[in-house]
Amino acid sequence: MEEFLFFMEVLVSGLLQGFMYSVVALGFVLIIKSSGVFNFAQGSMCLFAALGMVSFWEAGIPFWLAVLLALLMMVVLAVAIERVVLRPLVARPPLILFMATIGLSFFLEGLAQGIWGTQPHGLDIGIPDRPFKGFPIDVSQFELFAAGVAILLVVGLVIFFHRTRIGRALRAVSDDHTAALSVGISLRMIWGVTWALAGMVALVAGILWGTRLGVQYSLTLIVLKALAVLILGGFNSITGAVVGGLIIGGSEKVAEVYLSLYFGLGGIESFFGYLLAMLVLFVRPYGLFGDEIIERV
Amino acid sequence: MQATGKTLRVLLALALTAGLMLAAGCEKDPQQSSAEADTGPDVADNEQFIPILIYRTGPFAPGGSGIGGGYEDYLVLLNERDGGINGVKLVFEECETAYNTDRGVECYERLKNKGAKGAPVFHPLSTGITYALIDRATRDKIPIISLGYGRTDASDGTVFPYIFPLITNYWSQNTAKIRYIAQTEGGEDKLKGMKIVNLHLKHPYGQETIPVLNKMAEMYGFEVTHLPVPWPGIDQKSLWLQIKKIKPDWVINRNWGISCTVPLREAARIDFPRNRVLGVWWCGSEEDVVPAGDAATGYVTTNFHGVGKDYPVIQDILEHVYGQMKGNISPTRVGSVFYNRGVIHGIVTTEAIRLAQSKYGNRAIGGTEMQWALENLDITEARLIELGAGGLMAPLKTSWRDHEGGGLVRMQQWDGTKWVPLGGWIKPDAELVHGMIKESSAKYAREKGITPRTKPEDGI
Repeated sequence: MEEFLFFMEVLVSGLLQGFMYSVVALGFVLIIKSSGVFNFAQGSMCLFAALGMVSFWEAGIPFWLAVLLALLMMVVLAVAIERVVLRPLVARPPLILFMATIGLSFFLEGLAQGIWGTQPHGLDIGIPDRPFKGFPIDVSQFELFAAGVAILLVVGLVIFFHRTRIGRALRAVSDDHTAALSVGISLRMIWGVTWALAGMVALVAGILWGTRLGVQYSLTLIVLKALAVLILGGFNSITGAVVGGLIIGGSEKVAEVYLSLYFGLGGIESFFGYLLAMLVLFVRPYGLFGDEIIERV
Repeated sequence: MQATGKTLRVLLALALTAGLMLAAGCEKDPQQSSAEADTGPDVADNEQFIPILIYRTGPFAPGGSGIGGGYEDYLVLLNERDGGINGVKLVFEECETAYNTDRGVECYERLKNKGAKGAPVFHPLSTGITYALIDRATRDKIPIISLGYGRTDASDGTVFPYIFPLITNYWSQNTAKIRYIAQTEGGEDKLKGMKIVNLHLKHPYGQETIPVLNKMAEMYGFEVTHLPVPWPGIDQKSLWLQIKKIKPDWVINRNWGISCTVPLREAARIDFPRNRVLGVWWCGSEEDVVPAGDAATGYVTTNFHGVGKDYPVIQDILEHVYGQMKGNISPTRVGSVFYNRGVIHGIVTTEAIRLAQSKYGNRAIGGTEMQWALENLDITEARLIELGAGGLMAPLKTSWRDHEGGGLVRMQQWDGTKWVPLGGWIKPDAELVHGMIKESSAKYAREKGITPRTKPEDGI
C-alpha cells in the first residue's frame, strides 16, 4: 500500500508539474496559431513580464495593480513588436519571422536586465507551496492553484479562438496571411492582439514560475520543458499544450524516480520528455493534436 | 521591398546592439563606475595591468557581478587610498564571459598580453573556464587562481605549477562538512549508520566531490547516495520525492545558480529540516536564499570568508571608493557574500603582487614573477589585521608543493534576513585530502605526460 501511495504521489505531482509546463507552452501555441511562427522570445517575455511585475510590486504598488501595470506593459510591448519587427515582414517566409524572434529574445533579455538588474527577487503570491494536511499523499496547494490557473487559461483561450470574431480571424491569418488580407482582415490588428495575448500568458507563466524559482534570469530556461510539450502535443493546438504537458510531466517524474531508485539511472529528467516526444513523432508527425498540413506538390 | 528589408536589418541590428549593450552594462552603477573599466585601460610601463574576467549578464550574473565588483573595488581602494602598490598604480580591464567557457578563453587570449609585462594572473570565476585554461596558461606561464573552485587536484603544485586553487578546495570543504555533521550529532562515532544524500549538479563541478564522500563513507560507516540534478536544475521535484523515500539525516546541496534555490523550496514542501541541508559555498549567497523566501530559514552552508560590512577594509571601501563615486557595483551589495568573496580575490592578488615587487622591484609584475609570489605567499593573521581584513579570511600560506594554502572552512546559517556564522574555522581532514590529491594528480600527470617537479625551479 505504501509503495502504491508513493507511486500515486510521484504521478500526481508530475501531472501538476505538467500544468506548469503547459502554461509556458500556451504562449508559443498562440503565436504559432496566428502567424505560423515559432516565437523564440517567449521565455524572454516571461522574464520581462515577471521582472516588471515584481519591480512594480516592490516599489510599493499594490499586487493587483502591479499585475495590471505589467499586463499593460506587455500590451505596449506587443504593439511595439508588431510595429518594429513584424510589420516589415508581412508575407515573408516563417523562417524569417523566426529569425526576427531570436533577435527579439536577446533584446528583451538585455532590456530587462538593463532596466531591473540581474539580482533575483523573491515572489510570494500568498498561496503556500506546502501540502494539504490529512491527505494520504502530499499535494502542494500552490501546484493545485497553478493547475487551476492553467485550466482557466485554456478554457478562456479555446472560447476566444472558437467563439469570437477575432479568434476566427486569428485562425484565418494562421492559415494564410495573403488570403486573410484579401477578405479584409487586418493583419496588423491580429498580430497586435496575438502578441498581447502571448504577453499575458507570459506574465501568468512568469508569476507562477517566479513564485516557485524566484524572479530571475533563469526564468528564460523554463522554455526548455515547454519545447518537449509542444513537440508532443502539436505546435498549434491549445488542447495539445495541456495534454502534452500532462504526459511529459507525469512520465518524466515516474521515469526519473523509478529508473533512479531501482536501476541507478538518475538525471534523465532533462531529456526524457524529448525522447518521448520523438517517439510520438514517429507515429504522429504533427504531434498528438497538431493540424496535419497537406500541401500540393 | 528591398528598402523595407534593409530598414528591418538596420532596426534588428540596432535592437541587438542596444540589447547587448544594456546587458553588458547591467549591475554597474552608471554614476559609480571606474574610468579604467569604462574606457579600457591605457597602461603605462609603471602601471600594473590586471585582467578581470567577469559575468554581469546571464543566469549566473549575481555571482559574477558580485565577485567581480568586490575585486575591482578593492583595486580601486588601493589606488585611491594608497596610490596603488608601492607607487605602482593598478589598472584593470573587464571582459564579459557570461559564464561561457568559449567566451572565457576568448577573454583570456584578448587580455593576456596587455600591460607592460602582460597579464600577471587570471581569475576565471568558473570551473569550466579554469579547466579550459590549464594547458594554455601553463604554456603561457600565467598563473590561474581558482579561489574556492576549479580542479581540486591542482592543489598539487608539483603537477600544476601555474594553477592555484587557493584558500580551500572542494575536497577539503567536504571533509569539513562531515566534521560539522559529526560535531552537530555529538561525535564521529555517531556518523555510523547515518544516511547522507549528495544532491549534485550533473556536471564535472557537481561530480567532483563524489570520490571524497565515498571515501569518507567507507571510513566512518555512513551511507551516501548521490543524486544527480540534470542541468539547469529548475525542477527537482522527482529528486526530492526520492529523498522523501530515502529518509536521509542530511542532504548536501551541491548546485549553482537557480539550482541552489530550488532544493530549499522542495525541502520545505516535504518538511525536511533546512538546518540539515548543507550547501556548498556556491549555494551560500543572499541571491540563493532570498528567492526561496521563508523556505530558506535555517539553511546551513560552508564558506571560506566572513560576511557583512563590519570589517575595516569594507568600511574603507565605502569611504574611499563609494564615497568618491568610483564603485563598480550597486552599493546595496557591498558586504554580501559574493561581494566579500571578491574583496578576498583582491587581497590575495595584490598581496602576491606586493610580494613579487619585494623580490623583483617596485614595478609591473609578469606571469612567472607572479607564479613565484603565489608559491611563497604567507598572509598571516597579523597581516590580515593590518589590511583591515582580520576575521574576514583565514591566514594563507602556500608553497611550491601546496597550492591550496590553508583549507580552513567555516559554516554559516541563514536566519531569514542575513547569514550568521556558526562556530569558528573548521580544519579539513588534510591527511585524507592530501592523499587523494596526490593520487589524482599523479594520474593526471601520467595521462598528460607531465614530469612532476622535484624542486621549485622545475617547469617554471
